[in-house]
Amino acid sequence: MMGKNGKLIPILTVLAVIIAIWYVCVVWLNAPFEYDQAQRNDIELTFGEMVSNTMAQKRPVLPAVHQVFEEIWNTTVLKKVTSKRSLIYHAWITLSVTLLGFIMGGILGILLSVGIVHNKAMDKSVMPWVITSQTIPILAIAPMIIVVLNAIGFSGLIPKAFIATYLSFFPIVVGMVKGLRSPDQAQLDLMRTYNASKSQLFWKLRWPSSMPYLFTSLKVAVAAALVGAIVAELPTGAVAGLGARMLAGSYYGQTIQIWSALFVAAIVAAGLVIIVGILHNYVLGRMGQLDGQGAREADA
Amino acid sequence: MSEIVISAKKLSLVFPTPDGDVHALSDVDLEINKGDFVSFIGPSGCGKTTFLRTIADLELPTSGELQVNGVSAAEARKARAYGYVFQHASLYPWRTIESNIALPLEIMGFSKAEQKQRVKQVLELVSLDDFAKKYPWQLSGGMQQRASIARSLAFDADLLLMDEPFGALDEIVRDHLNQQLLELWARTNKTICFVTHSINEAVYLSTKIVVMSPRPGRVIDVITSTLPKDRPLDIRESDEFRDIAHRVREGLRAGQSYDG
Repeated sequence: MMGKNGKLIPILTVLAVIIAIWYVCVVWLNAPFEYDQAQRNDIELTFGEMVSNTMAQKRPVLPAVHQVFEEIWNTTVLKKVTSKRSLIYHAWITLSVTLLGFIMGGILGILLSVGIVHNKAMDKSVMPWVITSQTIPILAIAPMIIVVLNAIGFSGLIPKAFIATYLSFFPIVVGMVKGLRSPDQAQLDLMRTYNASKSQLFWKLRWPSSMPYLFTSLKVAVAAALVGAIVAELPTGAVAGLGARMLAGSYYGQTIQIWSALFVAAIVAAGLVIIVGILHNYVLGRMGQLDGQGAREADA
Repeated sequence: MSEIVISAKKLSLVFPTPDGDVHALSDVDLEINKGDFVSFIGPSGCGKTTFLRTIADLELPTSGELQVNGVSAAEARKARAYGYVFQHASLYPWRTIESNIALPLEIMGFSKAEQKQRVKQVLELVSLDDFAKKYPWQLSGGMQQRASIARSLAFDADLLLMDEPFGALDEIVRDHLNQQLLELWARTNKTICFVTHSINEAVYLSTKIVVMSPRPGRVIDVITSTLPKDRPLDIRESDEFRDIAHRVREGLRAGQSYDG
């Protein structure tokens, strides 16, 4: 990674700056509580004591980074996976919803885009609704989806996966419509001179042309699916999952718990995006498009 | 003398545009015989590419009659009567050279063994046999265009339609490819329709030169070349060559003045 693009040093620099700012904020935001406590107990507080105290509160306004990682360590490595307090357990619940929603969103998105590209009526009628669907606040519609699906007998994983689907199909439709339309006139004319059938035109030209677009939108979609899965856990009174952990944490003022769930969610998202990226490189590499001219497209 | 491959009678094509109709082709009468090498020359907008595309059934004529191999252009296309070479090679970037050349064969349902044999054969014909496994971007522009010619030859149609295939290449490469194209034509005895901007190229290659002029696109002159079939590059220094080039130039000038 480092040798190829020289990205590592800039990324680490930014990370170091963020962490530094974070710790300044920790002291700044948690200090009032410390001064308040000191006043109540009539203790003189030195600056040094104050600073070290702000990083060891039980319910800080903003927990320190090391507190969050300590909590993550305690609830992953030191807990059994089956425990209700294990973050791996909760992450797995959310991940399974994410993956199911992502797969459904992927299939739905690709099918819709194929329809939109091949059918004028669908292009005119479906596309505006696809766009409208994303203007509805997901937080408002999520409980409705859960309630309605529960009423017709779906519970557990499926309703939550639908919400992940709802968020993830959109980038795929938009990306794939563009991708399937990306062949230029000469490439299309060429197929016509061969009197190619519609399915030959699709599989030998449109589909391979759309691959760079597909993987770029899959990266966006998989992250959106995770957001959908977490949001789906919030209003439904879910007892397990990263969203449920965040919600429970906010009920009891457990900021460290919220942040640790948040960090794990971010790690899961990064992992998913990286996996899709590896798949992207593999597929485009097999299509001979990762060197020279092709690389620019693949990086997009 | 021989059988007619393309016959156009009073062929017209009008493109409706917001600024009014554009007469891309107006009353074009033309006959092309089997084995002819016909060049279409004229300034841009004279309808030479449009005429080629009409033969290929990529454009629909507004009026008039057009027959390719004795049937309509659409039927000829469905019978895969011609190979088309575009101005830009338009190779599919995700396919290797050999796989690009195999594309029409796949679509037309040739067996795997036959595909392999034909790809090998046409790659040798355009001397690209060492580049079979390369991707298009690994080749120079001239090589890409040769690959696209190989692709159009792969299914062995008797008619070859070429739309300014060497227009984007430098003159040295162009000379070389012109020579190769003549050799190929002599060997395969195909009928070739060739659109070009270059008077030299047209005179050097053709048995018949169709001079066209714009607005509306029409045929000004049809010149039958008196040059022998065997043409070394230095034939371009001969008086005969210059005479034909002169007549082409006159035709182009006449087309201009007609325009006002």
